[in-house]
Amino acid sequence: MTVLQHVEAGTYYVVEMPEPDDFEFWRERARALVQCDVPPDRIAWIEPGGSGDLFAHGERRSPMPEEGARPVRANRRFVSLAKNAILHSDPDRFALLYRLLWRLQSSPRIMEDKADPDVRRMEELDKNVRRDSHKMHAFVRFRLIEEESEDGELREHYVAWFEPEHHILRANAGFFMRRFANMHWSILTPQGSLHWDTDTMREGPPAERSNAPGGDPMEDLWRSYYASIFNPARLKIGAMLKEMPRKYWKNMPEAALIPELVAGAQKRESTMVEAGTLEFEERPETLAAIDRAIHACRKCPIGELDNQAVMGEGPRDAALMIVGEQPGDQEDQAGKPFVGPAGQLLDQHLERAGIDRGSAYVTNTVKHFKYVQRGKRRLHQSPGAKEIDTCRWWIESERAIVQPRLVLAMGASAARGMLGKTVSISKARGAPIPLEDGSELWITAHPSYLLRLDGAARDEQSRLFDADLAAVRERLEELQA
Amino acid sequence: MASQTILQKLEILADAAKYDASCASSGTAKKNSLGSAKGIGSTEGMGICHAYAPDGRCISLLKILLTNHCVFDCHYCVNRKSSNVARARFTPQEVVDLTLAFYRRNYIEGLFLSSGIVKNSNHTMEQIVEVARILREEHDFRGYIHLKTIPEADAEIVHQAGLYADRVSINVELPTDAGLTRLAPDKDARQIEGAMGKVRSDLVEAKDAKKRFRHAPRFAPAGQSTQMIVGADAATDADIVGKASRLYDNFRLRRVYYSAFSPIPDASAVLPLKRPPLIREHRLYQSDWLMRFYGYKPAEVMQATEADGNLPLDIDPKLAWALKFRDSFPVDVNRATKEQLLRVPGLGVKAVHKILASRRHRTLRLDDVARLTLSITKVRPFICTVDWRPVMLTDRADLRSMLAPRTEQLELFAA
Repeated sequence: MTVLQHVEAGTYYVVEMPEPDDFEFWRERARALVQCDVPPDRIAWIEPGGSGDLFAHGERRSPMPEEGARPVRANRRFVSLAKNAILHSDPDRFALLYRLLWRLQSSPRIMEDKADPDVRRMEELDKNVRRDSHKMHAFVRFRLIEEESEDGELREHYVAWFEPEHHILRANAGFFMRRFANMHWSILTPQGSLHWDTDTMREGPPAERSNAPGGDPMEDLWRSYYASIFNPARLKIGAMLKEMPRKYWKNMPEAALIPELVAGAQKRESTMVEAGTLEFEERPETLAAIDRAIHACRKCPIGELDNQAVMGEGPRDAALMIVGEQPGDQEDQAGKPFVGPAGQLLDQHLERAGIDRGSAYVTNTVKHFKYVQRGKRRLHQSPGAKEIDTCRWWIESERAIVQPRLVLAMGASAARGMLGKTVSISKARGAPIPLEDGSELWITAHPSYLLRLDGAARDEQSRLFDADLAAVRERLEELQA
Repeated sequence: MASQTILQKLEILADAAKYDASCASSGTAKKNSLGSAKGIGSTEGMGICHAYAPDGRCISLLKILLTNHCVFDCHYCVNRKSSNVARARFTPQEVVDLTLAFYRRNYIEGLFLSSGIVKNSNHTMEQIVEVARILREEHDFRGYIHLKTIPEADAEIVHQAGLYADRVSINVELPTDAGLTRLAPDKDARQIEGAMGKVRSDLVEAKDAKKRFRHAPRFAPAGQSTQMIVGADAATDADIVGKASRLYDNFRLRRVYYSAFSPIPDASAVLPLKRPPLIREHRLYQSDWLMRFYGYKPAEVMQATEADGNLPLDIDPKLAWALKFRDSFPVDVNRATKEQLLRVPGLGVKAVHKILASRRHRTLRLDDVARLTLSITKVRPFICTVDWRPVMLTDRADLRSMLAPRTEQLELFAA
């Protein structure tokens, strides 16, 4: 370094930086200038390749501090911020740092004064550089090429093209080295390039986009992942743009999909909704409203059959709600629940147990009759779990209005309709199951099950059915007492 | 079924995983692959989001399910048994290969693996652990691994998961037990909390061992987290905040994630009809922040709720609290304690630290405060400086409407 031996007051100094990110060089020059008492407004700091001509008459030699000149003071906070801020692309950064260093000599705690404009600017530079580095860690995308190594074998080489905003390439070499220690990789940028061969890091000249590979077969998988992980029901473009500004998009394979994903999002959401969610806006508030709505309900294939919806019947304030499976052939024709053979059997058993059917609200889990046509006959078909779950909405709406103290669910379908899961009748019967609204659920067999049995089995099941009904009546009396 | 390609499986199994909100890769032990013969990967404390999806969420990890076949029938879940979605299944090796291929190209920080329950809980958990084992042992993978653990699986297998993973999580799914019984009939709240308790004691034990033996094995250094679905049942924000704070206390969770219930294909009819506004999820996250970083007690956050037990949607919970407790304001920025400053709407943790540092050097004027904060208009009614005193401002009845963002903006944000 050429050194100026005699410092004259009033000299105008020019410092040309050899590299835009050379903190050590800046530190050395700045230290000497401070020690020679050169005020900030008498120094021009110039970027490499910058317009030095403007300062043709300035002194380019560094001043030589006198023996025993006061050591330069800089606290740790200043040094750590400066190391980052110097990587910024702002041409005034060297001067800003010098100005703060100069002020630090007389007010050593200035870095704590966050309201000071110079301190704020330096923190801003630091923040921008940290953000740019962070985005580099995040958005560099390697592409794989196979190349011949020195000993003639094929080896994998991962190459990335990246355009940082600030002079951060060298400062971030370590991150990629620590992460991809056993990979051969190169990062090419307009400012220079880095090459790692699992052992040493080499720096190369500035590169162009065309030096990097144009694609990688793995990118199809990555793009498909990007498209699939995106939830079209929650479009938040602003949040995306804030963290992934457009300037980065051109080097990210997945970004090409964004316009298409955004445009398709509304459509995808409505398809998602139509595909299954039931868009009932509000729960019906009266039984009449439910009656109207179930006649129009086509949320499952049963509604499309040639049948009519059968509404429950009974007092609006019944203490007991009896739930069956679905209307049968006769119920469908009559439009009333439990009027066919199973209904008649139920009536007999209710009477024997001393339960007045007229005071109970009687309804079905599934509102439409599911059948297959065999000649002239319509054969009963059990509803599927999904159909029961779909129809659960209606039985819950009825329950919300009637608010029974006790619900008697007859058969597996009714039990599923109440609980949302399939239970075994033989295990669940005979004991109350508390429901979340405070009422209780009792489970028993469906009377049509009794109709299908004969002999001893029927007697046994009838006995169990009667026992269940008797227990229900007893419990109902307790609840109403 | 004709065999599916990796691409088809990835589409199905990533699609199925997108309802999990967490994608964090932060807060784990530092590690890198320098000096390792074949290792790959590093974690340096700070999480990295490698991309952002148009839903605004960060893509940090390869977040997929091992399979979306499931024997459970949870109504809010797209993969439940009775749903008609397309099904697929990865082998552990396929997940490993995909993770490494993505990692080498710098697409991801690591893997977040979850799964539907196939055969039984233990079998499924073993498969999940196998993926982590191959990554860690055969490939010396040092990136981030988050494993979803299954509460019904044996404690021994779950413990194994913690030894390989950076983070483990168990979803509590719904804020109330009644909601869980209704919407996830195969799950059991006590079992879920029992499993979280076990992970917690494993975490404490491993930390303790690490203090005494340098080479003691690490156990999930990024801790455990959980997720709650918001808006699928009738729970109010007060219920949710209460549940979250109990979870933080009892199980020392790193994070409680909230996921606004969103329409899922082939949904069950038991679910609510309108999806809750995303802004509700956002308000809950804000309340979470208040408890974790601003020194609010859960009871205080609940004080900010309205008569129906929910946080207001049009203003943030901190402002809501300040409007309810106006006698705590204005706060003198030159004298107030840190705790008092943290309560001022519009002052974040960073701004408070800057104020505390700056006021040692100068007496702050309104202009100074303006330079340290994002929006002085929001802060002004609640502070005083040497040259500013909000005359009667906190007594104004229309203060809320003055400070609430305009509704048009809200709509745009919620869309």
